[in-house]
Amino acid sequence: MLNLQATIGAGREFTDEINHEAGTDINRCYQCGTCSGGCPLFYAMDIGPRQVMRLLQTGLGEEALRARSIWICATCDTCTVRCPREINVAGVMEALRIQARRRGYRIPAAVRKVRILTDLFLGSVRRSGRIFELGLVQGMKMRTGELLKDVGMGIPMLLKGKLSLRPHRIRGRAEIERIYRKVQEMEGGSR
Amino acid sequence: MKLAYYPGCSLCGTAREYNISTIKVSEKLGIELEEIPDWSCCGATSAHTSSPLLGVALPARNLAIAEEMGLDVAAPCAACYHNLSAARVKMDRDHLLRKRIEEIIDRKYRGKVKVLPLAEVILSRVGLDAVRDSLVHPLAGLKMAAYYGCLMVRPKGIVDFDDPENPTKLDQIMEAAGGEMVDWSHKTECCGASLSLTGTELCVDLVGRILERAAEEGAECIVTACPFCQANLDMRQAEAATKLKTDFRLPVLYFTQLLGIALGLPAGELGLDSHVVDPRPLLREKGLI
Repeated sequence: MLNLQATIGAGREFTDEINHEAGTDINRCYQCGTCSGGCPLFYAMDIGPRQVMRLLQTGLGEEALRARSIWICATCDTCTVRCPREINVAGVMEALRIQARRRGYRIPAAVRKVRILTDLFLGSVRRSGRIFELGLVQGMKMRTGELLKDVGMGIPMLLKGKLSLRPHRIRGRAEIERIYRKVQEMEGGSR
Repeated sequence: MKLAYYPGCSLCGTAREYNISTIKVSEKLGIELEEIPDWSCCGATSAHTSSPLLGVALPARNLAIAEEMGLDVAAPCAACYHNLSAARVKMDRDHLLRKRIEEIIDRKYRGKVKVLPLAEVILSRVGLDAVRDSLVHPLAGLKMAAYYGCLMVRPKGIVDFDDPENPTKLDQIMEAAGGEMVDWSHKTECCGASLSLTGTELCVDLVGRILERAAEEGAECIVTACPFCQANLDMRQAEAATKLKTDFRLPVLYFTQLLGIALGLPAGELGLDSHVVDPRPLLREKGLI
């Protein structure tokens, strides 16, 4: 016989963890759907924020870790400011994204680029202390194979001096490296 | 009045005209900006969506340096303002987090400095009367839509610049500069800039909806305080127009560029040549440059 009790128990722990990370209480949600209704990207999501809240309430939150939505969410916080139950909905989506990363969940192909960009961004800041915009765009091209994407936009930007050709490296780079290392240590080797 | 200046990465690259116009307008209004020495990136969206600690630690390093300077921070970029402010609020609320962050950044942080978007500096520390008194070329007859986007106004508690649903502070500044503001619905709708490189087709949809609404209300240009909104509404405008089978030609300017014109700064010093949708024909037509 299937032991549903155990599944739900583990799911509740997961919900608690997400509540803790987002500093909120998902159980307050009464499913009004204001979050999904106001979400500018709801139309592109597989499961909307209201459904994510329900999954978490019922102890099935880990389902949401496979969703495209947690990567599509632009963290615009519209849901959070409109929630009549004052739930940090966008914070929950963010906490789920962080968990999906930590637990090594496969990212749906359609949103793979979000993860690539994030990693390139954080790598660039780790090396230079500031973001190197042109390097970021080049990195995206290499990693996605979309070599010609936005080329028509890049050239005028270079000519207008809006894209620096070299990264600006801050003096305190070693300090930034130490910050990254300490964060990794404290968060258990994950990032 | 002296403030610690945090330009942020965008203002040193794609948003260089925001940096140039911020510096010029500040000079004109008597705001002394002292750049935070050796400032580092605030982590943008990438840090806080991957690691809660990194998302606070990166901005905190800059706050700690500003605290050593003994100055409140002026951050023109909406994303930098948001992240610096969020880090400050989170460390204020959670003493243990503050201790951990101090350990991570290996610097003292007491939570002494405030973080202000440049628009707030102009409103509360310079004052609109002073702006009106300094007008040289009031922006008369220029109909503009103030676009706030997400990061400056949401969520409440993390940022406290303006109302999250119907902000008016950029409108107030531009009105004081003589502009005619349109009342419109999409002031704070997300433009999807964080998906510009990763979900371009989605971002183009959102840009289209915003531009459509601004145009319908009769706006001749859009004025913003966010480098990502500016870049996105400007650079993705042609794609959005094609998708909607229309032609917008809506210049997207930083509020500091238009304020600079109103304050009589030479047009050549405001980076008006660095936009994709060239604002100069419109500004010439209105006799402003």
